[in-house]
Amino acid sequence: MKAIITVVGKDKVGIIAAVSTRLAECGVNILDISQTIMQDNFTMMMSVDTDRSSVSIKELKAQLAEIGKRMALIINIYNEELFDSMHRV
Amino acid sequence: MNQREVIETMKMIQEEKLDIRTITMGISLRDCADENPERACAKIRDKIGRLAGRLAAVGEEIEDTYGVPIINRRIAVTPISLVAESSRTDDYVPFARALEDAARDAGVNFIGGFSALVHKGATPGDRKLMQALPRALSETERVCASVNVATTRSGINMDSVRTMGKIIKAIAVASKDRGSVGCAKLVVFANAPEDNPFMAGAFHGVGETEAVINVGISGPGVIKSALEKIQGSDLEAVAETIKRTSFKITRVGQLVAREAARRLAVPFGIVDVSLAPTPSVGDSVAHILEEMGLERCGAPGSTAALMLLNDAVKKGGLMASSFVGGLSGAFIPVSEDLGMIEAAREGALTIEKLEAMTAVCSVGLDMIAVPGDTSEDTIAAIIADEAAIGVANNKTTAVRIIPVIGKKAGDFVEFGGLLGSAPIMPVNRFSPSDFIARGGRVPAPLHSYRN
Repeated sequence: MKAIITVVGKDKVGIIAAVSTRLAECGVNILDISQTIMQDNFTMMMSVDTDRSSVSIKELKAQLAEIGKRMALIINIYNEELFDSMHRV
Repeated sequence: MNQREVIETMKMIQEEKLDIRTITMGISLRDCADENPERACAKIRDKIGRLAGRLAAVGEEIEDTYGVPIINRRIAVTPISLVAESSRTDDYVPFARALEDAARDAGVNFIGGFSALVHKGATPGDRKLMQALPRALSETERVCASVNVATTRSGINMDSVRTMGKIIKAIAVASKDRGSVGCAKLVVFANAPEDNPFMAGAFHGVGETEAVINVGISGPGVIKSALEKIQGSDLEAVAETIKRTSFKITRVGQLVAREAARRLAVPFGIVDVSLAPTPSVGDSVAHILEEMGLERCGAPGSTAALMLLNDAVKKGGLMASSFVGGLSGAFIPVSEDLGMIEAAREGALTIEKLEAMTAVCSVGLDMIAVPGDTSEDTIAAIIADEAAIGVANNKTTAVRIIPVIGKKAGDFVEFGGLLGSAPIMPVNRFSPSDFIARGGRVPAPLHSYRN
C-alpha cells in the first residue's frame, strides 16, 4: 500500500537518517519527502510504498515507534487512502 | 502529498480524538429457533462464533493499516424474543447467557439484541423476555437489551410502557450492589432503528440481511476544535464548519466500513453519522454547545444550538457515505459526557431541559441517573413523555434511565469505563400514577395539519 509516515518532534541531528535507514532495512520504498518547522516542531512527512516490505505493517509501526521513543519523536503511519477519502470529494 | 491535509488529519487523530467508535456486526439468528431451548442456545453460540470469530482481529488489522483507532467491536443480533419464542421454556435468562458467552469468545465488549418489539402489543415471547430482563442484565456483563414501545405508525403501547417502568425498577434492585448498572444496558425505544450500531440499543432488525457490517463514527473533539478556530463568527459559519468537518469524519467511517465488510466477506450496511461522546477529556458534545457560546450546556439556547449541530452533522455526513442509517445525529448521554456531567452537577442541566433537547437530536433521555426511590409509575411516565416526542415528531427517541438504589438527588454514582459516572438528577415529585394505571394504547398521531 501507499502510506504517509509523519514524524513530529524537537529538531535534532539525524532524524531523517534514522527513519530512512530503518525504512530501507524493512524494504520500504520512499517516494517523496517534505519537511517543515511548525511551532518550533520538526514536522516531516514521507510518502512511501510498502508493497515490497519485508515486514508487516504492525511490525513496521513497532519499529518506527522504537525510533520515536529513542529520539523523542511522534511517528505515525497512515494509509494514503485515508487522506484521499477525507479531503477529496 | 498535501502537507496541510496530512497535518490536519494527523491532528484530528492525535489531539482531537477522531476515531471509529464501533464496528458492529449484525447477525440474523432467525435460523437458530428450536423447540429445545438448550439446542437453540447452542445454535446461537455456534452461529455468532462462526460469523464474528474474526471481527476483533479484523478491527485490529484495519486500525494498523489505516492508522485510525477503532475503539469497539460489537455484535447486534435478531431480537431474542423472536428467536426464543419457539422454545418450550418460560425462562429466557439462558439465552442472555448464550449471548454473553458468544460475545466473550468473539472478544467483543457488548452484544445487543436481547430485545422485544412491542409497540402495538406483546406476544408471550415478548412478555417472557421483558420478565427475564432483571436477571439477564444483572447476571451478565456484555448483554444489552432494548424494548420498542412505540412507533409513529402504531402509537404508544402504554401497557408495555407501564411494564417497563416496573422492570427498570426491578433491574435497579437486582444490580443495586453495582450502582444499579443493569439499567445502563437497557434502552426503551420509540421508532427504534433496525441498523443502529451503537449500544445499548443495537439489534439486527427483521428486514436486515443474514449478516451485515455497520459502523458508528465519532468525533465531538474534532468538531469542537474546528469551532475554536471561528470564535465570534455568525451561526451560518458555525453550521458550515460543522458540516464540512462532519463530512471528513464520515468519510473515515465509510472507508473503514467498506474495508471491514470486505475483509469479513459480509455486506456493508450503513454508517451511523453520530457524534458519540465518551467520559474522557476533549470528547464531549456538551462542550461543543458551550463553544458555540453557551455558558453551560442546559442554559437557554441549548435546544437551538443542539438542533443546529445535529442538522449540520447529518448534512455533512449524508454526502460522505453511500448509506447513512442508525441513529445519525448527536448523542447526549449524561454520564458518558464530561460536559454533561459538569452541567448536571451544577444544576444547569435538568431532566426537563434534556427532554426538550431530545426533540431535536438523535436520541433521547440517555444515561440519566435518578434517585433510587423514584416510583415505577414516574419512570413509566418519563418513558411515555419521551415516546410521545418520538412518535409525534417521526423520529427515534429512547430512554436509558437508572434509578440508583440507595442514592438521592445530588449524590454521585460511578458506573466505570465507557458508561462513565453521573450526578443523581432530581425528578419532578408529582404523581402520574392514575394516568399510567389506565394502560391501553395511545393512537398513532395525525400527520397532516402539522403545527
